[in-house]
This record gives sequence, C-alpha cells and structure tokens, in this order.
Amino acid sequence: MSHWLELLTQPFIDYGFMRRALAGAWALSFAAGPLGVFLVLRRLSLMGDAMAHAILPGVAVGFLTAGLSLSAMTLGGLVTGVVVALLAGLVSRLTPLREDASFAAFYLVSLGLGVLLVSLRGTNMDLIHVLFGTVLGLNDPALLLVTAVSSVTLLALAGLFRVLVVECLDPSFLRSEGGAGAWAHMAFLLLLVLNLVAGFQVLGTLMVVGIMMLPATAARFWVRAVGGQMILAAALGALSSYAGLLVSFYHDVPASPAIILAAGALYFVSVAFGPHGGVLQLARQARLRRARLLESMES
Amino acid sequence: MVVGQPAIELERVWLGWRDRIAVRDVSGVFEQGSLTAIVGPNGAGKSTLVKGIAGRLNPLRGRIHLAVDVARRLACLPQSAELDLGFPISTFDLVALGAWHRVGAWRGLDGPGLDAVDEALRVVGLAGFGRRPVDTLSGGQLQRALFARLMLRDARAILLDEPFSAVDRATTEDLLDLLHAWHAEGRTVIAVLHDLDIVRAHFPRTLLLAGQVVEWGPTEQVLSPANLHLARHLCAGGLQ
Repeated sequence: MSHWLELLTQPFIDYGFMRRALAGAWALSFAAGPLGVFLVLRRLSLMGDAMAHAILPGVAVGFLTAGLSLSAMTLGGLVTGVVVALLAGLVSRLTPLREDASFAAFYLVSLGLGVLLVSLRGTNMDLIHVLFGTVLGLNDPALLLVTAVSSVTLLALAGLFRVLVVECLDPSFLRSEGGAGAWAHMAFLLLLVLNLVAGFQVLGTLMVVGIMMLPATAARFWVRAVGGQMILAAALGALSSYAGLLVSFYHDVPASPAIILAAGALYFVSVAFGPHGGVLQLARQARLRRARLLESMES
Repeated sequence: MVVGQPAIELERVWLGWRDRIAVRDVSGVFEQGSLTAIVGPNGAGKSTLVKGIAGRLNPLRGRIHLAVDVARRLACLPQSAELDLGFPISTFDLVALGAWHRVGAWRGLDGPGLDAVDEALRVVGLAGFGRRPVDTLSGGQLQRALFARLMLRDARAILLDEPFSAVDRATTEDLLDLLHAWHAEGRTVIAVLHDLDIVRAHFPRTLLLAGQVVEWGPTEQVLSPANLHLARHLCAGGLQ
C-alpha cells in the first residue's frame, strides 16, 4: 500500500518541476474543462481546435520580435486569437459560409503562417516548444499567467452562466428578452482565446485543446446537468494531468502528449461505460426493449 | 390598460427581407384586449408581419407603434423556436425562463416564483413533468411547456406564429382554452393560423393578408368566399 502511495506521490514531493507542472496543468484543467462543456453544448467542438491554431501566428510574431518571451508571445497570441474570432464571425455573417467552415479556413491559414514565421528564426526545438508546450519547465511568470487566467475564467463563467446556458438553449428567446446574448458570446470567445494563450505555455498550441475538449465530451456521458458536467470536466482534466505527468515521469515520455492521452483514455472509458448514452448502457436498453417487445407478443 | 384603446398600431407598414417585399402598405390597429387571427395563403407575409411587430425586423417604410405597456411587456412564440432540443435542461427550468424579466441573469426564483412555475405547468397539463428532460417531451408536450413559459412572462400582448401546426387535436383544444383565458384577462392576443375552422370558432377578429391587407375586421365578414378567393388570387399558394 505504502509502496503504491509512494509511487503516486513521490515524484511530486521530490521534484519542484513536477509540482509546478501539476499546478499549471491543474489550473488549466479547472478553467478549460468548463469552457469545453459550453463548446460541446453549442456544437462547436472543433472551434477550440481552430482557435488554438489561430493564436499561432501571433505567438510566432512575439517569438520573432522578442525570442522566447512570455509576455510578447502571450500578447501576440491574444491579438491574433481575437482578430481571427472577429473575422471568422464577420465572414460567416456577411457570406453564406457557415461559422465552422469559416473558422476552419482561418485556422488553416493561421497554422501555415504561424509555422512559417517560427521557422524563419527559430530552430526545430523552438517550434516543438510552441506546438507541444513546456509543462515540465514552467517558470514563475508562466505559472502566474495560467493561474490568473484560470481564476478570471471561473469568475466570468459564474457570472455569465445563465446567459450562456440560455444562449445555447434558445437564442431567439434571449434576444426577445433583451438579454445580451451577443455580448456573452463575445465574452465567451475572449475567455476561450485567453485560456488557449495561457494553455500553450503548459501543453502547447496543438495539445491545449485536448485538455479542453476531451474531459468535456467525457463528462456528458456521466452527468446530465450542465453545472455537473462543468465540475466533472474540470475534475477529469485534473485527473488526466496527474496521471499523464506520472506516466511521463516513470516512462520518460513527453509530458503534454501523455496528459492528453490520459484524457483520451478517460474519454474512451466514458464512451463505453457512461450511464448517459454510453455504448454498454445503450446495448442494455436495446436488450430490455427487445425483451419487453417479445413479452408483449407472447401475452 | 384600457380595452378598446390601440395596443399595436400599424401605419402604412412595408416589410421585407433579402430582396423580397413580403408585406405592403399595411395599416390598422390591434386593440387592447383583442383576440385576432392573422390568416392568408403561404407567402402572404404573416410571419414577417409578426416579426415586424415583435421588433425583430425593421419596417422598410411606415411605422409600427406599440402602446407603452405593450412595448414593455410583449411576448412572442415564433413558428420554429430556435430551441436546441438536445440541450440538457429540465422542463421546469425551461418554463422558469419565462420569469427572466424578473430574475434576469443572476437572481434566483423565490418561493412564490417557484410556485408560479408549478402552477403554469399544471395549467398547461404538464403537472408532474417538471423533472423530465426537455428532449423526452413529445411535440405537443413541448408546445404546452412553451405556452407555460409564455404564461410566466405575464405579457400584455402575446404574438403566436402557427402555435398549433405540430400538435394534436387535444393539445390544440387545451391551448385554445389558454388563449381564451388570456383574452378574458384583457391581454391582446395575435395568432398566425392556417386552420380556418379554428379561426371561425375561436377568434372574434381576423386579418386576412396576401402580401397586403385583403380585409381586417370581424372574422365572419373577413372570411367571406370572395375575400378568400381574392387572397388566393393575390398569392401563388393556397388556403386550406
């Protein structure tokens, strides 16, 4: 027992970098999971992915002008994230293109531009840092940034919760009540960009979406209520971070993919065993229905 | 509120969307406490007019004037509510949204507020359905829930666009009773309808629309064979 306990806790007791990694990944999970729940509910699951790539050119410009400077890359990412969100929204409003297609177009352009810009000056190693994060090398400013963003996100979500729920459920009702649906949508996009920008320090631009979407999609298989899904998504994200870091430590594999794979494992477990639409539960229901049908035929 | 005073006044209103003019030069008054049906062939501009009155579409020309209390407390049930039926919300919570004008984004419902939601559910025949997820309701039950939500709005004027198009006869009868109750309480009720039998049986006043006003007045007078023929002639579609 104590051996197991030691295996599970010792890396975090012995090594400061592991503690910092866990703190950063947990802070990110607590905010990203609940945001992901709203993306799933709005059927915009791929938008997180698109936005994560959209911040890349800004991060790259920050990197080109100031090297691996946290503030320059964060500011750059924030600016391009917001610009792309606005432009994609504008294109889908002014043209027949749907918002998801519009986002996809912008993110592909952004990804190409971002990789090109980073390659102009950086080495392959720098590119890998940006794409896959440096969770095991989090410094104080990065840790502060991610915890501050996480705190602001949770407070903002608490304030916007009901408006966001109604905007997902029945946007025309919110408009007729004079509710600020459009503003809530913009605030939500801003929170999304903020978390992705903070998250790329931890998991990298490619991986950060994983900690947002995988726990959120897994949570809906266990809980029905939106609030419950948000809490569970945060908890599943935190569990994935912990498990991923341990696997990374003991098996000497990169941390951020290990975290995302742990979240992926939880997702597959949820798809299989979740009581709300999980595969096993659906099969059991189908069996019961068939049995009832046969019973009614005999009687 | 004084019954007989104008609730909604239309002054030479033209409405359209994209490159199409749907409503031309409509003038008239919906009086306070009146119960009016808007009928007409497909493409007659009925839904467009409702959108205009609800403030979701600005007139191209003319003016739509709402009495002060109506403007403040106007409820609208659109034809195809943009409701996401897959959203995980209970019937009780959906109905409780009707109290948005009182609780807004942050306040909670107090005891009487919660009782009002239960009462609205009971009145529309959904007592005991409060905990049911919205995605398990039938079309008729969902429409009943949306009517319960309208009840909580406590609106002075209620606009309904094809409220009975997807519900069975029994539900239609129950919801018509509710419409009459609102009318008896002095609320202004305007409903876009297709079924002329329902209009003749339940609606004292009718606006027959065919892109323009064919006639607007007492139902029996408006729904004359000559008027219906003219409306059909003016629009490409057909009245049932």
